[in-house]
Amino acid sequence: MTALLSLAWASLLNRKGSVVLTIVAVALSVALFLGVEKARSGAREGFGNTISGTDLIIGAPTGSVNLLLYSVFRMGSATAEVSWPTYEKIASRPDIAWTVPVALGDSHRGYRVMGTTLGYFDHYKYGGGQALTFAGGQPFSDLFDAVIGAEVARELGYTVGTPVVLNHGLGAADLGSGHENRPFRVTGILRPTGTPVDRTVHVSLEAITAIHVGWETGAKNPLADTIPEEMIRSFDLTPKTVTAIFAGLERKGTILTTRRAINTNRGEPLMAIIPGEALAELWNVTSIAERALLAVSAFVIAVGLVSILTSILSSLNERRREMSILRATGARPHHIFVLLVLEAGLVGFLGAVVGIALVHSLIAVLAPILQAQYGVAFSMGAPGLVDLAVLGAVTGASLLIGAVPALAAMRRSLADGLSVRL
Amino acid sequence: MSQPVIEIEQLAFAWKQGPQVLDIPVFRVDAGERVFLRGPSGSGKSTLLGLIAGVLAPQSGTIRVLDEDMRALSPSKRDRLRADHVGVIFQMFNLVPYLSVTGNVLLPLRFSPARRKAAGGDAEGEARRLLARLGLADEGLLARRVSDLSVGQQQRVAAARALIGAPRLIIADEPTSALDADARDRFIALLSEEVTCTGASLLFVSHDASLAPLFTRAVDLAAINKAMVAAGGSR
Repeated sequence: MTALLSLAWASLLNRKGSVVLTIVAVALSVALFLGVEKARSGAREGFGNTISGTDLIIGAPTGSVNLLLYSVFRMGSATAEVSWPTYEKIASRPDIAWTVPVALGDSHRGYRVMGTTLGYFDHYKYGGGQALTFAGGQPFSDLFDAVIGAEVARELGYTVGTPVVLNHGLGAADLGSGHENRPFRVTGILRPTGTPVDRTVHVSLEAITAIHVGWETGAKNPLADTIPEEMIRSFDLTPKTVTAIFAGLERKGTILTTRRAINTNRGEPLMAIIPGEALAELWNVTSIAERALLAVSAFVIAVGLVSILTSILSSLNERRREMSILRATGARPHHIFVLLVLEAGLVGFLGAVVGIALVHSLIAVLAPILQAQYGVAFSMGAPGLVDLAVLGAVTGASLLIGAVPALAAMRRSLADGLSVRL
Repeated sequence: MSQPVIEIEQLAFAWKQGPQVLDIPVFRVDAGERVFLRGPSGSGKSTLLGLIAGVLAPQSGTIRVLDEDMRALSPSKRDRLRADHVGVIFQMFNLVPYLSVTGNVLLPLRFSPARRKAAGGDAEGEARRLLARLGLADEGLLARRVSDLSVGQQQRVAAARALIGAPRLIIADEPTSALDADARDRFIALLSEEVTCTGASLLFVSHDASLAPLFTRAVDLAAINKAMVAAGGSR
């Protein structure tokens, strides 16, 4: 076998030009497949890392994916809210350790505004337990203070102290629909997290109430702007409703009981979801597209493998003489077969190795840029099981595919015997 | 009486649905003999060599090579017999283009443990020794790509390859037809010398009758092959 392997290797070296092209074709297809796979697992990881440390998310009854989408991913909007008294009732439950209420619905230049409490900065965790940290400034303390995510700061060029005008609803700011009479001031900028927090403007719950003074009908009262700031500050700014509640439990063991208790709450109907479960459900929905992408790139690998087949098949004719020399010097038909199978396997193996090296160096170079610019997370790190599996599968498939030209050459060498005429 | 290396009796062979190519009542080569087999192209000599080398099987009659009944042996056993005991030299294009000169000489050892053993522990040294005996001692020459060698040099590399591991039978199919007269005579002299040295038998096929005196015995294929007579004789 080793004798044939060195023979196969020498034969490949002899046809460097076409062999290198074939290796490149295989390498590119493998790199594409692995790139898609890394982006996919990176996305899944990022997904799972979006929120941690929160045991339950509570909101008005809706789909669990929907609740997760608007409370964590700031996508879509709530159809109903949770009243403040109900929130207080939940917060005071003995099995609940902490709660962070959030109020959504406003935006700032395309970024969602979220009203919350200071507890948010302590209790919201991402990426397996990392807490939010400030790149500059501090949490909001005044009514009209705002803490912005890393992407908001970068994209809009905001620094601590920049005035911010919020917009009612989620549309772009146009005159008269905004809260321009109640400007905010940036007091803190969060470090990048790779989560929707980066794209959020955080203010206090009271601030949300304050900017909606004069909006009680759902539209702006023409007199709203005439209410002086001092007067607003003197109002009771406790919100009437919140959009969702993040909650942590005293003891993790009670999670199912607590959830059932909240789901069957007497009075206002509520819904509690376990973030991990809902994330998994959401992933199932979104992963269909990614699986399709993965399937397409798997077909690209198949094309790469076919290029091995064609390159070896097309070389067979000019190698007839070589085969009969090998036969004359004692090679048996199965030697010819194994030789060609090994050549195909070597090309596939080398192609896969080059492809894996290519994708890892590309990720090493590009991942920080992609992460910073687009928030696309790639799973980094040394080649792992996936790479090994692809290496094995591509090499195995090449060996299998090599059987086609190998059989042809073997049959032909039997018919040719020792007398090939050129 | 010396041991027969090739024994043929009433051998008949025809390609599928073709006319009979070979019909040889008797032909034999003894151990240590250097036999010149004269046969013009189309006389069935390649077919005969294929039968002796074991890549073809006869339809009837007996052909014994090194005491093995080739008709009784399976194709893979015939392959093994050739690998272990037969060296083959072709007319031209003898060498595998992607192997070095010594790599080509060592090729039979890859497929035959018996010849690997016979070549001794230092196979590379044995290859160099054989090449040197055949007048290819130059290091610069050994480093060249085989396709850059002259035809005469290529044929001598092929001879060294046929000889390595002391096979008992060397089959040469028109090995000198591409050489000029000087190179041809030198090649045959060197080959004969080596064959005598190792005690192998040589079956040398050529259309060139003038070579006959260089061998211990000469046989005309047209004379022993009745199929050619029946088909109207050789050209």
